[in-house]
Amino acid sequence: MPSFREIQEELPNVLETNMTPRLELRHICKRYPGVIANDDVSLSIMPGEIHAVLGENGAGKSTLMKIIYGAIRADEGEMVFDGNPIASHGPSVSRALGIEMVYQHFALFESVSVVENIALSVSGKFDLTALANRVRDVSKKYGLPIDPHRFVYNLSVGERQRVEIVRCLMQKPKLLILDEPTSVLTPQAVIKLFETLRQLAAEGCSILYISHKLDEVQVLCDSATVLRNGLITGTAKPKQSTPIELARMMVGADLPETHLDPSTTSDTPFLNVNHLTAPSDNPFGISLNDVLLSVFGGEVVGIAGVSGNGQAELISFLSGEVLFKGADTITLGGKDVGQLDAGYRREQGLAFVPEERLGRGAVPPHHLSDNAMLTGHRLGMVKNWMIQRGKANDFAAQIIRKFNVKTTGYESAANSLSGGNLQKFIVGREIELGPKVLIISQPTWGVDVGAAAFIRQALIDLSRTGAAVLIISEELDELFEVCDRLYVICQGQLSKSLDRKNTNVEEVGLLMTGLNNNSNSDNSKAF
Amino acid sequence: MRFQIDRRAEPSSFMRFAAPVYATFSTLVVSSIMFALLGHNPADTLFAFFITPLMTINGISEWLLKASPLILIGCGLAIGFRANVWNIGAEGQLVIGAVCASGVGLFYPAPESALLLPLMVIAGMAGGMVWAAIPAFLRARMNTNEILVTLMMTYIATLLLSLLVHGPWRDPDGYNYPQTALLPDAAMFELFDPMYRLNTSILITVVAVFAMWFFTERSFFGYKMSVGGAAPLAARYAGFKQSGSIWMGLLISGGLAGIAGMAEAAGPLGQLSAQISPGYGFAAIIVAFIGRLHAVGIVLGGLLLSLLYLGGESVQLSLGLPSALTSIFQGMLLFFLLASDFLIFYRFTPSPKPTKGGVT
Amino acid sequence: MDLFIAIFTGTIIAATPLIFAALGELVVEKSGVLNLGIEGMMLVGAAVGVWVSYAGLPMPLAIMSAAAAGALASLLFGVLALTFLTNQYAAGLSLTIFGTGVSAFIGKGFGSAPIDALIPLEIPFLTEIPVIGPLFFNYDPLVYFSFIMFGLISWFLYKTKAGLVVRTIGESPESSHAIGYPVIKIRYLAVMFGGAMAGLGGAYLSLAYTPLWVENMTAGKGWISLALVVFAAWRPARVLFGAWLFGSMTILQLQGQALGISLPSEVLSSLPYIATIVVLVVISKNWQFLALNFPTSLAKPFRPAE
Repeated sequence: MPSFREIQEELPNVLETNMTPRLELRHICKRYPGVIANDDVSLSIMPGEIHAVLGENGAGKSTLMKIIYGAIRADEGEMVFDGNPIASHGPSVSRALGIEMVYQHFALFESVSVVENIALSVSGKFDLTALANRVRDVSKKYGLPIDPHRFVYNLSVGERQRVEIVRCLMQKPKLLILDEPTSVLTPQAVIKLFETLRQLAAEGCSILYISHKLDEVQVLCDSATVLRNGLITGTAKPKQSTPIELARMMVGADLPETHLDPSTTSDTPFLNVNHLTAPSDNPFGISLNDVLLSVFGGEVVGIAGVSGNGQAELISFLSGEVLFKGADTITLGGKDVGQLDAGYRREQGLAFVPEERLGRGAVPPHHLSDNAMLTGHRLGMVKNWMIQRGKANDFAAQIIRKFNVKTTGYESAANSLSGGNLQKFIVGREIELGPKVLIISQPTWGVDVGAAAFIRQALIDLSRTGAAVLIISEELDELFEVCDRLYVICQGQLSKSLDRKNTNVEEVGLLMTGLNNNSNSDNSKAF
Repeated sequence: MRFQIDRRAEPSSFMRFAAPVYATFSTLVVSSIMFALLGHNPADTLFAFFITPLMTINGISEWLLKASPLILIGCGLAIGFRANVWNIGAEGQLVIGAVCASGVGLFYPAPESALLLPLMVIAGMAGGMVWAAIPAFLRARMNTNEILVTLMMTYIATLLLSLLVHGPWRDPDGYNYPQTALLPDAAMFELFDPMYRLNTSILITVVAVFAMWFFTERSFFGYKMSVGGAAPLAARYAGFKQSGSIWMGLLISGGLAGIAGMAEAAGPLGQLSAQISPGYGFAAIIVAFIGRLHAVGIVLGGLLLSLLYLGGESVQLSLGLPSALTSIFQGMLLFFLLASDFLIFYRFTPSPKPTKGGVT
Repeated sequence: MDLFIAIFTGTIIAATPLIFAALGELVVEKSGVLNLGIEGMMLVGAAVGVWVSYAGLPMPLAIMSAAAAGALASLLFGVLALTFLTNQYAAGLSLTIFGTGVSAFIGKGFGSAPIDALIPLEIPFLTEIPVIGPLFFNYDPLVYFSFIMFGLISWFLYKTKAGLVVRTIGESPESSHAIGYPVIKIRYLAVMFGGAMAGLGGAYLSLAYTPLWVENMTAGKGWISLALVVFAAWRPARVLFGAWLFGSMTILQLQGQALGISLPSEVLSSLPYIATIVVLVVISKNWQFLALNFPTSLAKPFRPAE
């Protein structure tokens, strides 16, 4: 399998400096209540160029892409495509021009088949058989084969992205926009994707590649525009810059580093999962198969894996949101909790930060004091069935202070906070509960780099006080930075435990594609 | 000038109070137009509708008498609605409450006893609660939508009432009308003044309003229920059992509706008849919404809707306008209120003019 | 045999208004919208149908007016739910209350003057066939029309691109909007279609089934239609089956004596409502079965992000 280096050396360079730019953005501005998402953004892309838009979460990249695609209207500025200004814009205008977009969170419909999904985006006679043939042809040509008659709910996340890409390719695009495409791919699948994109660019298609992953951008992209807080902070030729230079443009300072003190772990595991098998009763779900997992006090354990491999199911069993019938399968501090719901488990010292913040980790219309009570009420906020409002306010204020939550106060509604700030609040609340076990899913997703580092350090510090910390994350870099031990989840099965010091990204990446002989289940079915 | 719709950064507290006012105002405007089209002077008709009923002491008494069950049931319904528990069958629970209470009143062996009235209150409450317990069980244990079940139960309750007052409970001296014998004196609520129909059952409503306020604003269970209504996944995440909210929401609203039904039988009607309620169970739904699911608002909403009932009767008598007007007004009021609520979270702003060759 | 024919044809006729209303609501719900106002729209249709008929205008006009009235009434709900993003339950209820009131208002003063009712069509030759004739070929035009609508709707939803668009809007309006479909416009059309169908259902009651006007004459059929859509797991063919089931309940009530059942009329009258509850319980327990056809965005307000 070719490495990143080898591909890099083979790159054809089709940039010609005398052609009309494929796309020009001039002084684009977009404002939302309380924040300027894009502030006077201008850039230009040539045909056949692979152009990265770099920036941390919240920098304004997605907004800019949606403006280019026509899904959102800009407040000011103009766009020029192949030399012609775009007068009025919308997704159908984009498609007519040849602009196609692969969203970070796909716009695919699960309840219908691949070909039906694609039919929704193409015009002309509604002939599914002919369309299915075209789908097969295009997907094979670009090395991403798919079966057009499969229902989307049966597809893995990686396969769904393939469908999205094939859908775009069938339109013979002139400009392809990809928004964080590799967050759902294993390292090996990323290499495959880059080959496809190279092939496309060689045919003259321009590619806009949105990412926050510097190493990938360096391998793939000819040029880069860096956004921070809605402004352009610089442009670069990634292959000629160092990661540190790019990072500085993205962040404005050197990347903060986390420090890992050594620690001693407890004798017995605080959280233990013993041969958990749970068939999924939901056509859209993943069955869990013979999962073995233990987390000791004083350590940080990670579960790596592309989302959609059973994490959501496993987490719901661990948190108590879904009950498990088997005896002694899920234990907290030695006590069998499979049949106890989330409330009881919290009484046993469990805390949990879910992936979904609004709607699950916090109640959107409630203010922060009420949201602090959501899981903090055991800290003396309820007396004689009545709410002790003062104590709730104090607890909320304490979280806001300690975790630097930017807000006007504990009276503000949860849905008025930015994603990153809300996450800081929820993480802060769960840590301030002083738990024995903390489970946290996608801890820094959507959070800016400073807050992300803060959260990761807080998790490490929590474990060093003796608590057991379990992190489920798609970001391998994050897990390698923070964890003492790692597991990999794939198709509902969990790998054996890996010591972080004794493994690397490639090995974990391989496990993410298939667990064959590494799973710690006694049941060694190959799949 | 083109307008676009923007989401507000923070919900507007001004609009929270202004919305019911806007809604009432819009209803008045539209109804004036309706009256004019029907050939009646709008000003006179509105006066006859809203002011005339309140001009006598008897009028005030009737106003409070009708408002009482609306507010009572509205409080119960609001507790459920906040938790996303949709009891649409309060009318049925009211009927069953009236049936149970009348049963006690008619057949209790000691018709002079001072215990009779309290027993009837308990019977009314229990009847309503049992009738609501069925949909509660079906939703909590079997995931069955309570909107449809409570509604079906309402039709069944009305049929049961009809069966009883046409058959085994019919007053033999009642000229074959579908109604029971009059309830004994000890079974009736005391009147404040023999000239007017307002009776002591309104005190139950007053207590219920305070209890409801306390429950929703100060109690932990009320908080848990509001989490369940606003974000059911967060409630599950926090370990708040959904079934608790379902049972509480339905039993409380059912019980209060049952008491309201009992108060109709043991109050202005004095007996059980086929027409026990002019749709209080449904009107209370509107009361709960107009009152924004808060105790104070519900009181005001109940007073407003009671006035609509009185006004409807008043213009029917004096101007010959059909009584269906009351339903139309109720529907209109709810419609305008829901529309005005929109302005709490969103606002209309003028669209910026498109720039040359630009994107907007 | 005569009894069997009477029950069979009676069931079909009793099921017809339910079929109209439920098929209409099925399309609405497939697009992700829940309209609780069916009872109100049916009553408006019934009242308008009678009104036009009393005015001496021909029957087809009365029927079309009823459908138009239902569609117009549905706009009340549509504006609240789709433009003002109200809680759809509350919006539907306001339509029910308003529609009930408006129908009573229109109906005041109708009295019980007989209506020129819609009578069964005599199809030359086919109606004459013994047994088969009366069983299948002796119905009024609206009954046949209800079956045509069933065919049209099934074809539309599952064999056309427009139907695919409607179904996928029901799953995820956000994704549909991202592709570029006018989600709100399409939902308005669906809502109005549902309103027209409900109006037809109501008109059937007042013009063919019991050709006269009575206040609240739908007696809960609108709510039963809602239950039917859930029972049908959002598939048109099962709506037919469910409607026949409920139709037979109604017939039991009418033919009770002939069948030798001697229960009080109120008990028989309550059978459809009890049956609705039973059916809902059975179908709701098996949520996995429903999940595949359930429109995921049902009753959630959608606002296109700009």
